[in-house]
Amino acid sequence: MWIVDFFRSALGKKAVMAVTGVVLFGFVLGHMIGNLKLYQGPEKLNGYAAALREVGAPFLAHGEALWIARLVLLAAVVLHILAAWQLTLINRRARPVAYVKQVSVASTYASRTMRWGGVIILFFVVYHLLHLTFGSVHPDFRAEDVYRNVVVGFQNPVVSLFYMLAQLALGLHLYHGLWSFFQSLGMSGPRLDVLRRRFAVLFALVITAGNLSFPLAVLSGMVS
Amino acid sequence: MNLTLYVWRQAGPGEPGAMKRYDVPDVSPDMSFLEMLDVLNERLLERGEEPIAFDHDCREGICGSCGMVINGRPHGPQRKTTACQLHMRHFRDGDSIYVEPWRAAAFPVIKDLVVDRSAFDRIIEAGGYISVNAGAAPEANVIPVPKDDAEAAFDAAACIGCGACVAACPNGAAQLFTAAKITHLGLMPQGQAERQRRVVKMVAQMEDEAFGSCTNHRECEAVCPKGIAITTIARMNRDYLKARLFGKG
Repeated sequence: MWIVDFFRSALGKKAVMAVTGVVLFGFVLGHMIGNLKLYQGPEKLNGYAAALREVGAPFLAHGEALWIARLVLLAAVVLHILAAWQLTLINRRARPVAYVKQVSVASTYASRTMRWGGVIILFFVVYHLLHLTFGSVHPDFRAEDVYRNVVVGFQNPVVSLFYMLAQLALGLHLYHGLWSFFQSLGMSGPRLDVLRRRFAVLFALVITAGNLSFPLAVLSGMVS
Repeated sequence: MNLTLYVWRQAGPGEPGAMKRYDVPDVSPDMSFLEMLDVLNERLLERGEEPIAFDHDCREGICGSCGMVINGRPHGPQRKTTACQLHMRHFRDGDSIYVEPWRAAAFPVIKDLVVDRSAFDRIIEAGGYISVNAGAAPEANVIPVPKDDAEAAFDAAACIGCGACVAACPNGAAQLFTAAKITHLGLMPQGQAERQRRVVKMVAQMEDEAFGSCTNHRECEAVCPKGIAITTIARMNRDYLKARLFGKG
C-alpha cells in the first residue's frame, strides 16, 4: 500500500513526525489554556472538566468526544515515537565511527536533546496520567474534584519539581520541534523562515510559562 | 610556525586506524592547509615513512575533491572555505590540529584521509540530470528564466559535492547535497518534465545508501564551503511530499 511505502521512507517518517507533533502541540496548548481556569477557582475548573465530557452534545453521548480525542492523541503519540525510534536507529547506523574531535557549529541544546527530552516527556506523561487522570499515584484522588486533586498533588514539592523539570524539557522539545515542523513539511520561504522561528519561540515560551505557573502557584500558596 | 598535528592514519579499507602525532616545524603562514600537508609528506618521505593520503585536485576551492575534518570542523575553522583555500595564517604558532577523514557509514575510508564518495555519484545517477536531445546547443534565450529563479538555481548549483554536509551532520545525512541538486534542476524550466520522478528517485537512492536522516541541526549549512542553505532541504521535502502524496511518482 502506498501509505506503508511512504512511511518506509525516512522523509515520510519525518512528515509523520511533523503532523503528529503538531497535533500533540495543539493538545498541549489547549490543555494549558484550559488549566488556566485553576486561577478562577474550583467551580470554574471543575465545571470546565465536566463540560469537556459533554463536548459534541447532543450528537455525541457523554464522554464520547473525550474518548475520540484520547484515541487521536494516542495514535499521534504512538506514530511520533515509532518514527522517532526508527529514525534514531537509521541515524546511529549512518555515523558508526565518532570523531576524535568534533565542534558543534549550528546545533542548539534543544536540537541535540530531542531524543532524550522526548523520553523524559514520555515518562512524565505516563506519571501525569497516573497522577491526575487515573489518580492511582495520587495521595487523595477524587474524580469529580479536579481543583482539589491539582492543589493536593502539587503541594508535594518533589512532585511539583518533577512537573516543572518535565515542562522545561517540553519547552525545549517544542522550541526545536515547532520550527522543524515547518521545515519537514517543506514550508519555507524568505518571509516564512522568519515567522516560523518566532512562532516556535513564542509558543514554546507561552506553553512553558503557563505550565510552570501551576505548580508554582500551589507551592507559593497563591492557589489553595 | 611550529605545529603539532594529530592525523588519522589507516592503511586501507576496513583496516584499523589511529590518530598519529606529527610535530611540524617551520610552517609558513602563507601556505594553504594542503601545502602544509605536502611539506609534511615530503619530510615523511625523506624519513622513509608512508606519506599521508588525502584527496585534492584543483586547489582553487571549486572541484570538491579535498575535504578533511580539521579541529572538529569539515574544511576547518574558516566559513565558506574549502580545506585547499584555508591558509595557515588562520592558526597560531604552537597550535595542535586534529585532522580526520569524513566520518559516515556511506563514506567508507579508503586510506588515511581519503574516503569513498561514490554514493554521491549514485544519487546523481538516480535522477540528478535533465533528459534532452543531444546535438547543437539551443539558442539560449528561447526559454525565458525568471531572474530570481536563475539566481536561486545558481546558488544551489554552486554545490561542489565535497561531502562536508555529510561529515558535519550528527546523523551522517546527505540531505543538503541531494536537496541542492533537486533545487538547482527543479527551479529551471528545463527541469520541470522530470521534476516529480527526479525527487522520488534521488531521495530513494539517498535512503538506500547508508546516509542518515535530517534532524534540523543545521550543521551542514554552517560548514558548507559554498554556503548552500537548508531552504533547499525544505524545497526537497515539499517536492517529495507533493510527488508522493499528490503526484504519479
